[in-house]
Amino acid sequence: MTAPLLAIDNLRIEADRPGLPPLLEGLSFAVAPGERLAIVGESGSGKTMATRAIPRLLATGVHRAAGTIVFEGRDISQSEGAELRAVRGADIGLVFQEPMTSLNPALPIGVQLAEGLKLHRGLSDAEVRARSIDMLRRVQIADAEGCLARYPHEFSGGMRQRIMLASVLLLEPKLLIADEPTTALDTLSQREVLQLMVALTNELGTALLLITHDLGLVAEYTERVLVLEKGVLVEEGRTADVLASPKHPYTAKLIGSLPRREGTRAAIPADAPVLLSIEDAKVDYPGRPGLFRAGPPKRVVDGVTLEVKAGEIVALVGASGSGKTTLGRAALGLKPLAGGSIRFEGEDIVKLDRAGMRAFRRDAQFVFQDPFSSLPPHLRIGEIVGAALRHQSGMSATERRQRVSETLDEVGLAGFEDRRPHQMSGGQRQRVAIARAIASRPRLIVADEPVSALDVTIQRQVLTLLQKLQRERGFACLFITHDLAVVEQIADRVVVLERGRIVEEGSTDTVFAEPQHAYTRRLLAASPALALTEVLAPQ
Amino acid sequence: MRRSAHSILGFGLVGLLLAVIAIGFVWLPYDPLAIDLDHTLAAPSFAHWLGTDAFGRDVASRAMLGARISTLIAVETVALAIGVGTALGLVAGFLRGWTERVLMTFSDALLAFPGILLALALVSVLGSSRHSIVIALAIAYLPATIRVVRGAVLSIRERGYVEASRVAGDGALYTMWRHVLPNALPPILVLATSLFGWVILSESALSFLGVGVPPPAPTWGNMLSEARPYMYVASWLSIAPGLCIVAALLGINMLGDALRDRLDPRDRP
Repeated sequence: MTAPLLAIDNLRIEADRPGLPPLLEGLSFAVAPGERLAIVGESGSGKTMATRAIPRLLATGVHRAAGTIVFEGRDISQSEGAELRAVRGADIGLVFQEPMTSLNPALPIGVQLAEGLKLHRGLSDAEVRARSIDMLRRVQIADAEGCLARYPHEFSGGMRQRIMLASVLLLEPKLLIADEPTTALDTLSQREVLQLMVALTNELGTALLLITHDLGLVAEYTERVLVLEKGVLVEEGRTADVLASPKHPYTAKLIGSLPRREGTRAAIPADAPVLLSIEDAKVDYPGRPGLFRAGPPKRVVDGVTLEVKAGEIVALVGASGSGKTTLGRAALGLKPLAGGSIRFEGEDIVKLDRAGMRAFRRDAQFVFQDPFSSLPPHLRIGEIVGAALRHQSGMSATERRQRVSETLDEVGLAGFEDRRPHQMSGGQRQRVAIARAIASRPRLIVADEPVSALDVTIQRQVLTLLQKLQRERGFACLFITHDLAVVEQIADRVVVLERGRIVEEGSTDTVFAEPQHAYTRRLLAASPALALTEVLAPQ
Repeated sequence: MRRSAHSILGFGLVGLLLAVIAIGFVWLPYDPLAIDLDHTLAAPSFAHWLGTDAFGRDVASRAMLGARISTLIAVETVALAIGVGTALGLVAGFLRGWTERVLMTFSDALLAFPGILLALALVSVLGSSRHSIVIALAIAYLPATIRVVRGAVLSIRERGYVEASRVAGDGALYTMWRHVLPNALPPILVLATSLFGWVILSESALSFLGVGVPPPAPTWGNMLSEARPYMYVASWLSIAPGLCIVAALLGINMLGDALRDRLDPRDRP
């Protein structure tokens, strides 16, 4: 075996504050030149910490307490100053999760690409330009020359992540560390970015260390995998072996948490009443404000007609920018329509009087994507859930308290009334958000990506909870998501949205088995978790 | 650790200020208005701890009475500016649209004048009294408050819980009061404590220009401006009120920071 490119031995990371357990303990692993290695684990498992320690970029508040980091035969854990900077960037490249903030918005792309080349390679301007253009072409940016003079805000998230990738690979590092590089992207861009990353690292002979929580990506793009649980390495091996026959219970739990269909849901009776009916809805965003008048508005939802029957779960699927979130908000009257109508039980929600509106607000609820911003930080959980009952007429304070505690019990948070949001985990917060939505016993819930901010195991728990509540309560649900695996698990019917228009619609089984529209087929092909469930299905 | 040292110092200095004001109500070393032409510009001594001024008045007594008047003016002005500014900023930032445009045009128009010039003009119209100074300074500092509050509200109104409150069927007023205002408090508090300092300084500037609190009543500001001609012969005249202002501002600012930290829900059980 050749000498490893990177060898980490017995790495231990602790918080600066004494008395806390170590964040990472006894971690040892090696990366061979050109190898593709994945580190998986849930949030808090220390996977990001482990990789940040390699180029010595740990956040303040934590430090490396023990262990060595040997890169190309040299221990870089003690390097300082110029010696360390020569390794960073030139030999070890990093791509971060958030493409929106990892490029400097004030500088054109060309300047940002040139930075590393000038610093580490000392090339002439003409040479730098030629190499930048060449690399941008390789990451498949159209008009590579024009791109140099443009600014980050002119590119979408997927494009920015490609530019980021280009800027890192320009230096032809020997190791590329990619920390959840595609988590912020939708399924289609995710696939494109990862495929480029794998192809280019192969070409350049760069080793890839991919940090992710998505087992689908691991299966598709890496050769070897490390599984971290609470700062400890619990399993290591060839990707195919680990996924097919996990040895550690935690790995098995991660694999078991992948969304999949369990049994078939009872079909919605054909004569079930229509609860929500969206007719030819159009929603505009105002154009850029000009000097004297705003530019032309941008149509985000363009003539969507859609029905949700009582008790039905309809999944609204599409890539980012397809207008799915906007449509969901418009359905609850949170975004004004530019045309068409939204009817709830036959009543146009725009024309509701005061009492009608109050009833509608009680009957139709929303679950937000981000459990961190959707709960008011200054209130206690009991108050947050109770706030949903404020407009419930004829309810005494005691009854209200009673209802709050019942509801919290139902979502598995009995006795949490006096806590505050910051004392709870993401999964618990999302349960609070669900409790708030169901407290008024609504008949329709619009859920906007309710699990996409959560870890897989938590995702599964929350989805199961939603399904259980839906079965018991029988509310209808408009479930907005970009994750087809989740759709397969819970939805009765799928509506696929592309650029504000419905391109395909049908029962979940039909759409998944025989996708008609090219866009749906691309979405299905790009869904790594689905590919994985197929691989694992025979076992 | 640094944080608690700050808050202890803040509480200490503000406590001292309040104690001095309280003592001033029952006891002052001398009558702060009594003129004694035999002992003008006396250096600090056992008889006159901080010396005497050009009219032989006891500086320590005047500083103690000045603490009461200056603090009162500052507190009233800050309360008025913050109260009105918060209400307007909250409404402008939350409702947007026409309400915002009208309010912000009004506030920008005020902002177009230098604060002190505006206050000067207002005092000349309203007459030189404590109340008119409070009103004038409050109006001068109003636009800054509106801008700060509106800015905070603009970011808070986009958070999920504000929309959740809308989904629950809450009215705009209730949402503003229950969800937006509590989360906008930290920047408002910081602004209020800095305003306190600006007001004390502005009051002294107004006194300097001759439209401040009318003599013979002492404020730290007019004591400073009266001391100016004697800077070289009787430096204690400017040092005493100067130190008072520094101590009060330091205390209030540290107290404000401590209060803001306490407001953070993450620090509450």
